[in-house]
Amino acid sequence: MNDIGVSSLHARARAIGVGVAAAHADAVDREGRFPFETFEALKAERLLGAMIPLAQGGEGASFADICDVCCVLGQHCASSAMIYAMHQIQVICLIDCASSSAWHQAFLARAARDQLLLASSTSEAGIGGDFRNSVCAIEASGTQFHLRKEAIVISYGTQADCILVTARRNPDAPSSDQVIAVIERAQYSLKRTTGWDTLGMRGVCSEGHIVEVTAACEQIAPEPFAEIAAQSMLGASHLVWASMWFGIASSAIAKAQSFVKAEARKRAGAPGGNAATPAGIRLAHIVSKSQMLKARIMEGIRHFEAVRRDADGLTSLSFTIAMNNLKISASETMLEIITEAMMICGIYGYKNDTPHSLGRLLRDALSAPIMINNDRILGNTSNLLTMYRQDATLTG
Amino acid sequence: MNAKIRALISEFGRLSVDVATLKNEADLYTAGLTSFASVQLMLGIEDAFDIEFPERMLNRRSFASIAAIEQAVSELLAEAGRDAEAA
Repeated sequence: MNDIGVSSLHARARAIGVGVAAAHADAVDREGRFPFETFEALKAERLLGAMIPLAQGGEGASFADICDVCCVLGQHCASSAMIYAMHQIQVICLIDCASSSAWHQAFLARAARDQLLLASSTSEAGIGGDFRNSVCAIEASGTQFHLRKEAIVISYGTQADCILVTARRNPDAPSSDQVIAVIERAQYSLKRTTGWDTLGMRGVCSEGHIVEVTAACEQIAPEPFAEIAAQSMLGASHLVWASMWFGIASSAIAKAQSFVKAEARKRAGAPGGNAATPAGIRLAHIVSKSQMLKARIMEGIRHFEAVRRDADGLTSLSFTIAMNNLKISASETMLEIITEAMMICGIYGYKNDTPHSLGRLLRDALSAPIMINNDRILGNTSNLLTMYRQDATLTG
Repeated sequence: MNAKIRALISEFGRLSVDVATLKNEADLYTAGLTSFASVQLMLGIEDAFDIEFPERMLNRRSFASIAAIEQAVSELLAEAGRDAEAA
């Protein structure tokens, strides 16, 4: 319990993870549906608005605390963890980038009070996957604006309370001159254009929609979207995702460990029973990988928190490269860990109906190198490296 | 120097608008400068002015506008004891 009489974020996240998310994870996966039960619990325990400052009715939780919640949820239901992570990316953008706007400040207070779930609409038909360009444009008329956007993907769009939507500043603006607006459910309509029948992350419901909205101009953030995307968004996204991936990897390790332990129990007392088994050696290997991954993520969180209020630090080449590399290594390492856990558990990991089943974890994890494709990120990093001055210091 | 920088932006910046229409203070990122193109532009500027950008200048702000680039290049030329006007 902390000084305001509420048990810690970690304790509340863990209770929801174990008691709610885990209980419904298989149904969410099988039915490809939104994890309603988890999000009702997250709202009831006020975890959606936890990062919002105390002055606005949140808990002022640190970014590291939020990453911890992503990790805890990731251990029980990856779809829930992913939705929570994406929601928090929107929250941090509002906290960090909309401080000069009275409307957005008031909105944050409302988001904390009502535990609003925020979604994002950046993708669009006709932009070739580059979210830093828009086709649709804000059409302002007096104090109101109208917008129609053909969004290829809006994760949990149907279930969200609000959407942060990007568009060109006005109908004459070039495709790169974008703004972002917070729009509320009562103000927009969604017309579903594509479904979400996927290998994994089946509860995230990343369907396509045509969004049509009429809202107040003051709901448009005063900062250009170019700045918002370049600042809080990059680091925060890669770190909340890596944190939830660490949670998935940890869940796979727990299953592998219990398998190895059961084997060891059977062998105990038998001749040669204390010799290391191939499964035991593999377990030692993935625990080592997981410790490296944890250290890497914690270093990333420390780096982000150190530069968070410093636009030059957030947009420096070295920070961008560090975050790109974190995304690559965390997604790859998680998959290596789960694949090796599968070798440890063998047929019991491969089957879908044993306590050691790893199928859902592996399918969920396979989304990691695909979402913001690792090949694209590596291409981007290789370009940045032409200007990068290699840091050969260990402690500097 | 301003004309030379504008020519380099036109060559490497891949903007969505014509460089000639941009004021010196205009934001190059909203004009379509991507992180990929900004690196190509940095390399082009280093080459054209025979300078090397130090780590402290490798951030978004140093390349956010024509004026910012001019400022960064002038600073490096001054550090090297060279005349910015002649560049």
